[in-house]
Amino acid sequence: MPNMSVNGMTIDDTFAEAFGMRATAIVITAPSRKWARQAAITMTGFATSVIGCGCEAAIDLDLPPSATPDGRPGCRVMIFAMGTDELQKQLLNRVGQCVLTSPGSACFAGLQGSAELKLGSALRYFGDGWQISKKIGDRHFWRIPVMDGEFLCEATTGLTKEAVGGGNFFVMAQSSANALAAAEAAVAAIGMVPGAIVPFPGGIARSGSKIGGKYKGMIASANEAYAPTLRGVVASELGPDINAVLEIVIDGETNDAVAAAMKAGIKAVIELGPKRGAVRISAGNYGGKLGKFIYSLKNMLP
Amino acid sequence: MKGLTFTLVAEPPERLDLSPLTPERLAGIETRDVETIQIGMSKQGSKVGDIFRVAGSDPTNIVFEGGSTRLDLVAQGMRGGSVRLVGNAGAQAGRAMRGGKLTIEGNAGPYAGSGMRGGRLEITGNAGDHLGAPLVGELAGMNGGVLIVRGKAGAFAADRMRRGLIAVLKGSGDLAGSRMIAGTLVVAGGTGEMPGYLMRRGSILLDRAPARMSPSFVECGAPESVFAAIIDRHLIADGILKRPLLGSAPRKYGGDNAVLGMGEVLFSR
Repeated sequence: MPNMSVNGMTIDDTFAEAFGMRATAIVITAPSRKWARQAAITMTGFATSVIGCGCEAAIDLDLPPSATPDGRPGCRVMIFAMGTDELQKQLLNRVGQCVLTSPGSACFAGLQGSAELKLGSALRYFGDGWQISKKIGDRHFWRIPVMDGEFLCEATTGLTKEAVGGGNFFVMAQSSANALAAAEAAVAAIGMVPGAIVPFPGGIARSGSKIGGKYKGMIASANEAYAPTLRGVVASELGPDINAVLEIVIDGETNDAVAAAMKAGIKAVIELGPKRGAVRISAGNYGGKLGKFIYSLKNMLP
Repeated sequence: MKGLTFTLVAEPPERLDLSPLTPERLAGIETRDVETIQIGMSKQGSKVGDIFRVAGSDPTNIVFEGGSTRLDLVAQGMRGGSVRLVGNAGAQAGRAMRGGKLTIEGNAGPYAGSGMRGGRLEITGNAGDHLGAPLVGELAGMNGGVLIVRGKAGAFAADRMRRGLIAVLKGSGDLAGSRMIAGTLVVAGGTGEMPGYLMRRGSILLDRAPARMSPSFVECGAPESVFAAIIDRHLIADGILKRPLLGSAPRKYGGDNAVLGMGEVLFSR
């Protein structure tokens, strides 16, 4: 099947290829939206790719006070990793260094999954013997004394093995400003999809990569086929009209969440149109042999 | 199936031990055999049929119609199902319960919910002394579950409590939460002398400042408390209270420093 054309844009007849991951989620609350987001942003910093960060993490949704356990503004944060042990380690390090430390914060389970990860039940040792265990209803909390009162933290949170990482698409435009506008529109739309995150800076990756490289030890390296400056030099995927490509990488709680996020993002890019945004949409894959999950762009159109 | 109903015919001539009449112990027993179970605790030895008119057949849903302060050990050791007593109960109602739901639509005597480990016991009237407390010689009192008294409770409520939640809504007697090991005691409507006397850990949550604290408690200020918000919301969601008890920054007394000193008495400002 040849490439399609929608709203004056080319949609490549290709697919995104994604992998099974382990994921967890927590709900962070604080006295104000500003400080709930601050704790969430701090703990999801340096969490763009498992290649170098150990995990991929971002804010999934902002929660209104009516949707949080303590009636304060909050954020749901999702964390993805390749294995349970690494996910556990990343969760404790990040919550311990970034949420426990953030003024007025509290931390709750954000997922009910097939297994549990330690949260407060490990962080409680910060209390040095003054921590208090409380079972309220069927939930277990730890109260850890800190300098502005108490850090309240649920004992455990859930782990899901159904998570999917690496859903993606490329927005390709005549200028970098247009590529950025299209990518921003996609990120804003994906932000409304529950259970899906875009872990790169602002949700956007400009250095999409291929596996391996000519130098020993490189796990990933430049995707020269999509680099506009190399268009005449290498076997390029880019036509003469493309001067900037940005990638949106999506991790989701489930296969469906990734698909919903891709649909929402692609819809936003198409609605923005080729004049202000992208002229072409493509996706990254490894020939379909490595990943368990395949998302054909033609199935992701609005 | 209709719930198994025991209708009290007249005031019992002796104290009764109703512990055989729980969902577990009555499972698989024919109604006519139920009537022959001995429940009298004196040499008179009354049987179920002498005291109650028995109807219905579903032992997972037991109802006692009519109460008396001589009905002791209602639903002792029950693990599931429901037991409802329409009337007053004697001593040790819900003693050592592990699950299920016991409702007493009346007053309960001393040691109600003594040594509970799970389940839910709700008393619409008042409870006597030693609510949820251990019997003589036992190391710990209530060890899990939820115990709600809609009226008043006597002295020593939650004595030596270790786990779970006790809520007393119209005030308690002296020494509420004495010797608590852990767990949560909620008292709305005021407490008597020295709440939390010799408590080691645990939380006593009050709707007003305690009148007479033991001098071995110390003031700990009133920082913002997410725990207060969580417990307030839980008590309302669970139908125990209608409005928040503590507010967002309750005052705290820490103690009892005569012992471990890791307990707390929290109350709204």
